[in-house]
Amino acid sequence: MKSVIKVSDFQKNYGQLRAVKGISFEVAPGEIFGLLGPNGAGKTSILECLEGLRIPNGGSIEVLGLNPVGQAEQLYNQLGVQLQSAGLPDSMQVDEAMKFFCAYHRVAPRYDLLDRLGLTAKRKDQYFQLSLGQQRRLLLALAVAHNPAVLLLDEPTAGLDVAARVELHQMVREMQAVGTTIILATHDMAEAEELADRVAILLEGEIVATGTPLELTATGAGLTKVSVRTETACLSDTGRTWPGVKQHISKGEYNIFYSSDIAPTLSAVIGYIDAQQDSLIDLRVERPSLEDRFLEITNTGGSK
Amino acid sequence: MTAFVNHFLFEFKTGIRNKSLLLMNYLFPFGFYVMLGLLMTGIAPFYREGMVSSMVTFAIMAATLLGLPDPLVTAREAGIFRNYKINGIPARSILMIPVLTTIFHLLIIAVVITGTAPLFFAAPLPVNWPVFFLIFVLTAFACSGLGVLIGVISSSSRMTVLWSQIIFVPSMMLGGLVMPLEMLPEVMRRIAQLLPATHAINAFRGLTQQLGVDFSPIASMLILLTGGLIAFALAHYLFSWDQRNPATKQRYLAILALLPYLIGVFVLS
Repeated sequence: MKSVIKVSDFQKNYGQLRAVKGISFEVAPGEIFGLLGPNGAGKTSILECLEGLRIPNGGSIEVLGLNPVGQAEQLYNQLGVQLQSAGLPDSMQVDEAMKFFCAYHRVAPRYDLLDRLGLTAKRKDQYFQLSLGQQRRLLLALAVAHNPAVLLLDEPTAGLDVAARVELHQMVREMQAVGTTIILATHDMAEAEELADRVAILLEGEIVATGTPLELTATGAGLTKVSVRTETACLSDTGRTWPGVKQHISKGEYNIFYSSDIAPTLSAVIGYIDAQQDSLIDLRVERPSLEDRFLEITNTGGSK
Repeated sequence: MTAFVNHFLFEFKTGIRNKSLLLMNYLFPFGFYVMLGLLMTGIAPFYREGMVSSMVTFAIMAATLLGLPDPLVTAREAGIFRNYKINGIPARSILMIPVLTTIFHLLIIAVVITGTAPLFFAAPLPVNWPVFFLIFVLTAFACSGLGVLIGVISSSSRMTVLWSQIIFVPSMMLGGLVMPLEMLPEVMRRIAQLLPATHAINAFRGLTQQLGVDFSPIASMLILLTGGLIAFALAHYLFSWDQRNPATKQRYLAILALLPYLIGVFVLS
């Protein structure tokens, strides 16, 4: 299947600073592709070049087979963008904004999106009267109002409350279901893990890891966290070595084991509790998250 | 067409909703008109002769030179232009639609001035209304071009004030708005020809009020037209979508907008 987005050996410099150092990736139709990375990793530079706002210094970028800089006129109707740092005129009303942008995209205004994103009561308010979260919801509504084939989201949930975040995730999934290709640049690992089909982790302008969230978490040295609470705290201060356990700490009523091999660890811990005739009150197993893997990669300077 | 209408209506409403624009489009010109009308008609009765054209020219300068630049800088800095670009809104719309709506606001204030000046200050009305309208449009076009160009090249709101005042203040003093050009020394008259206000007043006096002029009013109209065309072309060429206005040497090209006025200094007598 032909890629919707194709980035080959893309480079972006700002004066002497090499912000993006020759990265390549492709995004398939209907895929949600996450761009993760710390501040200054190059996420926004990539998005801005995909949007045609900046000109690459090397390599090539194609969106729907078009060059975002040279063929912007053909692209803008197929591209929906929520920029991290972009606004609307202070005096523009919510309703007006919807009418204004939809007219340029030659589609009917989508007031239903305003209702859906909790802006019904704010339709006559001017942009400066909205809270930060409401402004971001409006910008999102405007980005998707013309049903774009490709949606580029830069930190879409920054400043949103929980309800708006859930609604946004739902909208993103719905757009994916109708075939929209989505690039999501975010700091929020949980969001990327939940939404993205594949992610690329960026560090200092280079892709240091790429794959599905599951693949990335499985390939790391991340340890599974096992938290155990028993009636008589028989696990505390045993002095034992537990199979697969790299670290064992007591925290309040819980004993926490960080294991690289969960099956023998669990078997040994439960066996020990039985042997001590103690009773298990609580047992929690937490797999290493994408955030753990991200921190592992970025803290080691990108070595896989 | 729908996009243009929506954009036009929004910018028109902004001219009233935005307090700074309301001040520059209506309150400042109207207040100045009333104040000068009360003051000048008492101490210098000859002022009545050119009052309508002077006050209309003043309104044009306030709305364009002082009103147009800052919203452009503010919008660029707030990332609004970036948002416009990715939604396919062309630079020419961003530059021209606020100019058109400003001219619309100016028409309203011009009607108020021409309608009330004869009643309250016994000021004579222009004798040739079509030419009066044409000079009004040319002056608004020339001053809007400079206003938009200042907004495009300025790195900050503070700089727009500086550039605008460099044209606005000398226009007030030398442009013939308060005292006729013939009262100025020869050197100052020459310097005054660098200002669009001077050519506006010269054209108004010569072609719509049958008053004496220093140089050809037709030449003044041509200078206003070419000055406006060059200023808009330069503004479009130097326009930046980015939030920060890159401090390129290209910005110095903006000085070319004064070329027709400079030629006028040497050619007109």
